Amino acid sequence: MKEFMIIKVKKLRKICLRHLGDILLFLAALLVCFPILLLLTGVVKSSGELREGLAPILSKGEGGIHWNLLPLYPTGEHLLDILFFKPQFHVVFWNSMKITVCILAGQLFLASPMAWGFARFSFPGKKVFFTLYVILMLMPFQVMMLPSYLILNGMNLLDTHLAVILPAMCSTLPVFLMYQGFASIPKECIEAAQIDGADNWQVFFYLGVPLGSGGILSAMVLGYLEYWNMLEQPMTFLRTSAKYPLSLFLPQISMEQAGMVLAASLIMLIPAMFIFFAGQDYLEQGIAVSGLKG
Amino acid sequence: MKLVRKWNCILQSKWTFLVPSLTGTFVFAVLPFLEVLRRSFWDDKEKFFSFINYGNLWENEAFRLAVKNTVKFVGVCIPLLLFLSLVFALGLFHSKWMKFLKSALLLPLAVPTAVVVFVWKLIFFKEGFFNMFLGLFSLKPVDWLGGEGAFFVLVISYIWKNMGYTMVLWLAAMADIPKEMLEAAEVDGSSGIQRIYYMVLPSLKPAFYTITIVSFLNSFKVFREAYLVAGSYPPKSMYLLQHLFNNWFVNLELGKISAGGVMMAGVFVLVTLLLQHMWDKSE
Repeated sequence: MKEFMIIKVKKLRKICLRHLGDILLFLAALLVCFPILLLLTGVVKSSGELREGLAPILSKGEGGIHWNLLPLYPTGEHLLDILFFKPQFHVVFWNSMKITVCILAGQLFLASPMAWGFARFSFPGKKVFFTLYVILMLMPFQVMMLPSYLILNGMNLLDTHLAVILPAMCSTLPVFLMYQGFASIPKECIEAAQIDGADNWQVFFYLGVPLGSGGILSAMVLGYLEYWNMLEQPMTFLRTSAKYPLSLFLPQISMEQAGMVLAASLIMLIPAMFIFFAGQDYLEQGIAVSGLKG
Repeated sequence: MKLVRKWNCILQSKWTFLVPSLTGTFVFAVLPFLEVLRRSFWDDKEKFFSFINYGNLWENEAFRLAVKNTVKFVGVCIPLLLFLSLVFALGLFHSKWMKFLKSALLLPLAVPTAVVVFVWKLIFFKEGFFNMFLGLFSLKPVDWLGGEGAFFVLVISYIWKNMGYTMVLWLAAMADIPKEMLEAAEVDGSSGIQRIYYMVLPSLKPAFYTITIVSFLNSFKVFREAYLVAGSYPPKSMYLLQHLFNNWFVNLELGKISAGGVMMAGVFVLVTLLLQHMWDKSE
């Protein structure tokens, strides 16, 4: 019996060792998702429980905060409250949506023909333009802040949504991502279509867009996540708080209204999560292309 | 009839593909940037070309602090990020759970920064989880969001957000290693660690350069986390270039911003050209 036990323990240890890597990875994944877990468990807590738990922070008392991972009395009050009794939340939510969707639509319209041009045509200065686009795609906002301000001021667009939308629409990152998708289309395909009498735009719409849809979708997925999270541009170019997007509105809610912060955060998270899970393959493809050039 | 044909000809020219985007880029980026370049060499008092804006910049204490913090941040974060993400990528490479774990580790990339600010505060406030965790080892609570600890919070939030991204880059590079080669080595009796050390790592070398550069460029986006956690006037250890630019912007010190912006653009152009060189070489 004893020997049997020893063998069993040894076997167990062997299994553990073999799966040690996986176990560690799972722990890391749990740690990484921990902030989201806190958010999800917090949003269904009652106001009383939140106030009590956060008392050390709110009233500068002694000791640590209390946070039961399983709420005592789960409630949907904060979500209902924000959805039905906070009209200003609806305003900022749709501001965010409008800004993001307009930027992406604009990028589709501007970037995809340009990307096609880089991938398929030869024109004077192509190499210089391409380098320029790569440089602009990597420029941080700090550098482009004053130039954008000058041009927006000149066009009298400050403190309008267009001030945020227009410069982002002309971003060059989507051109680069779509370019990689278009460049991988075999030449023979296009030549065949041309021989059959298709003109430039027909080739683009009927061959380029469907065959290069991977690149276009990665640009859209990466773009959505980027602009839904946009902070610096609205902060600099918008003054009126009724025009703020969610990312600027959320930090303004004070810690005392913890329930509202959590509910608003959750609602902001939902569309991003939806895009993430629906477009994960394209997201990964986009990341790989943006960093390693396909 | 002739007019219609001419119009058609214009519509079909390849320039119709290029002009919309080129116009946008020139109007919203290139031309205003050239104007900023001109302003950076312009002395408002003397109405003449000069280097005075650049001189003012060097003497500015806040600028030096911001540069120092930014350099320090990049110096600490990037090696840490590259190492951690490489370890995870190597672990994931052979794991049965690759798909699931990759999703979990990539998730923070999709989470808007504003959403996790509240949670960051719960974790890093003086009364928060992290100090409670340290308390288990009877360590003294630290005020992570004020003073020197703030830098550490910045590093954590940067790594949290970007680890999945960098890991996907590593995995993409690893996918290019021929499977037959690794299998042959396995048949020849090499251990997993030997294969990683002698085969996987050397073939990742070109990817290593580009991933480093991309991470460097991305590290300038960490301002979001800093701003959302600590506001416009963060503790000294968290004071980054973007804070400085914002403050100058509020005070309309355009000369300083333009000189600072041009200098940063110079650094970025150099780094980008280096990156392009690497890409060309890897082809």
